[in-house]
Amino acid sequence: MEKFYYDNAIVRKFALATIMWGITGMLVGLWAASELVWPGVNLTSWLSFGRIRPLHTNAVIFAFVGNGIFTGVYYSLQRLLKTRMFNDTLSNINFWGWQLIILAAVITLPLGLTTSKEYAELEWPIDIAITLIWVVFGWNMIGTIIKRRTQHMYVAIWFYIATFVTVAVLHIFNSVEIPVYFMKSYPWYAGVQDALVQWWYGHNAVAFFLTTPYLGLMYYFVPKAANRPVYSYRLSIIHFWALIFLYIWAGPHHLLYTALPDWAQSLGVAFSVMLIAPSWGGMLNGLLTLRGAWDRVRDGVVLKFMVVAITAYGMSTFEGPLLSLKSVNVLAHFTDWIIAHVHIGGLGWNGMLTFGMLYWLIPRMWQTELHSKKMANQHFWIATLGILLYTIPIYWAGFVQGLMWQQFNPDGTLVNKDFLETVTKLAPFYLMRVIGGTLYITGATMMAVNLYKTMSKGVFLANEEAEAAPRVKNYTDPASEHWHRGVERKPGKFVVLTLIVILIGGAIEIIPTILISSNIPTISQVKPYTPLELEGRDIYIREGCNNCHSQMVRPLRFETARYGEYSKAGEFVYDHPFLWGSKRTGPDLHREGKGNKQNRSDSWHYSHMLDPQEISPGSIMPSYEWIIDDDLNTSHTKDKISAMRSIGVPYPEGYEDKVFDEMGIQSAGIAERILEKLKDEGYDQSDIEALQNKEIVALIAYLQRLGSDIHNDPNEDK
Amino acid sequence: MTSIDGIEIYPVISLVIFFAFFIGLIYWVFTTNKATIKEVSQYPLED
Repeated sequence: MEKFYYDNAIVRKFALATIMWGITGMLVGLWAASELVWPGVNLTSWLSFGRIRPLHTNAVIFAFVGNGIFTGVYYSLQRLLKTRMFNDTLSNINFWGWQLIILAAVITLPLGLTTSKEYAELEWPIDIAITLIWVVFGWNMIGTIIKRRTQHMYVAIWFYIATFVTVAVLHIFNSVEIPVYFMKSYPWYAGVQDALVQWWYGHNAVAFFLTTPYLGLMYYFVPKAANRPVYSYRLSIIHFWALIFLYIWAGPHHLLYTALPDWAQSLGVAFSVMLIAPSWGGMLNGLLTLRGAWDRVRDGVVLKFMVVAITAYGMSTFEGPLLSLKSVNVLAHFTDWIIAHVHIGGLGWNGMLTFGMLYWLIPRMWQTELHSKKMANQHFWIATLGILLYTIPIYWAGFVQGLMWQQFNPDGTLVNKDFLETVTKLAPFYLMRVIGGTLYITGATMMAVNLYKTMSKGVFLANEEAEAAPRVKNYTDPASEHWHRGVERKPGKFVVLTLIVILIGGAIEIIPTILISSNIPTISQVKPYTPLELEGRDIYIREGCNNCHSQMVRPLRFETARYGEYSKAGEFVYDHPFLWGSKRTGPDLHREGKGNKQNRSDSWHYSHMLDPQEISPGSIMPSYEWIIDDDLNTSHTKDKISAMRSIGVPYPEGYEDKVFDEMGIQSAGIAERILEKLKDEGYDQSDIEALQNKEIVALIAYLQRLGSDIHNDPNEDK
Repeated sequence: MTSIDGIEIYPVISLVIFFAFFIGLIYWVFTTNKATIKEVSQYPLED
């Protein structure tokens, strides 16, 4: 027998970070939710909805759940392998590096430094830092596996390995971007290809960051808390391989009825439907582990949290395939239904499993009893009620709005012609969400207090003594043994096998679209953006307009009746990045430009950005005064043109020299049209010059360009 | 779709990979050694 010590100090660090970032991330979410009820809560530019919605998602996914993953992995990995972590320094680099990345996100996202790609908003220097820290995590984990004392790798570790491998692949492929300057980049891919890669990433961020590592935690902590082995270890093997094999194909279900090629959409649907099998296999395996132990669920708070978590996992993974069916997706896509769906997963599955794990871990590491079981039980009921109060109204809001968009009068016109009519209806649901969210955060705060008191009364055990026999070095396979047992003993082989399995789906899904440009029919009228429009587009990205406005008119009658001609793949070939969006809190903007159905004037946009409620009473859009006040920064315009050319946008050589002349002409025209309307004759040349250099003019130039190229004469060169 | 040369092979390849993968998986799971399964499933409970 060898004596050694488990490192609890690193687990403590991650656990405290989980609690702190969890409450922070939820509070940001609560703030964002309040902004949709009271637009005045958009107090400053850096607190506006478009900027803090990504902060909420990033904080909850990467800070709360991310630290939760590390807490659970660092605790369970050592014990499942009967060894201390490979290297304490690596553990600490992993911890501090991850916290610094989160801090960078907390600073940059409210400043509007964003790539706009959902759950991948962080700019290129932070992307590089994420890659490095992730490698440190993987290195430390695989090193630990190699020096283990057990013969085999328990199934939880397979989930951890798959998480490490796949997140690395996803992050690298989705972050292929060319830096323009510090904290600004353009993605290599454009339009449809960018959308496909982004949602291959986005979907698998859910799969391999929010799901597989937590399934690993489930396979460790549920048997631990119930004090019995998992219901069926065989089922867990099928669960693992089937899940990672299928998940990677399902991304295109986020892009149904869009300009993505049909074959890719169908592939996504087919695999999404099949996903229900392994997901429910896993859920049942978790729940059935408790067979005959339901008295423990009644008596202990840890298992209560875990049962709700696993049930929420089952609900989300039933709903996911359902939502990927085209007929359901038509109603649900772009509505709050999706927000409710992800919050069943986030609040239910990730949140409750994390709480259960913390209530189990903290008293053990501090060698004491939980400060108050009563308070923990109260947390459980408040959190459960909070989830219901959050999700039920938001599901309802989704149905209501989705149905309202589709209603036609007998004469073939839309019942709710004005998009705003479908927004004002949602106010009471949004208010109920704020209440539900407040309850959930109250519960989490109670947990923080309870755990703090537990820590205060206990004595922390930084190095936990353990004993185990060393691993047999020249282990010979029993004759009857199957080949997989060998793979399980060899982490290197296991990593490669996992990589192959996830790359199969990824490759078949993505390669045809990326490599073959003929997949995207070109439209001869579609031309690159002018320098002013490009700058306007970057303001659109900075403000996170895509968080509330889609740019994708689907080829459906109720869509074309509302917005005009449906969006075509060829219209997005110069869009680095694509800005299709995933949620319509406001109307679609792809046909917002000149010559389309809306055909709004430049001055309308100007007044609307200044005070949306004045122009559209009842609107929940924030005011964008700062865009009107601030001068446009043109110091990087030439670099942006060069960067765009280097990734295939056909700006002529030497175009940089003409950039400012062209911007001057276009911006003066817009400024003059605005002043003409707003000031009648009471303006002169100096007013035009003052206005034309403002950010608002660039933004209007971009908005007026949206979806307008198809009206150009195909024979005329612009 | 028709614009990509030889794309017809894609769905066929996908189906073959998919089938082979799951047949292999099922075969392996049902032929694994019961004692090993039992041993490994006890891992979380041995601290």
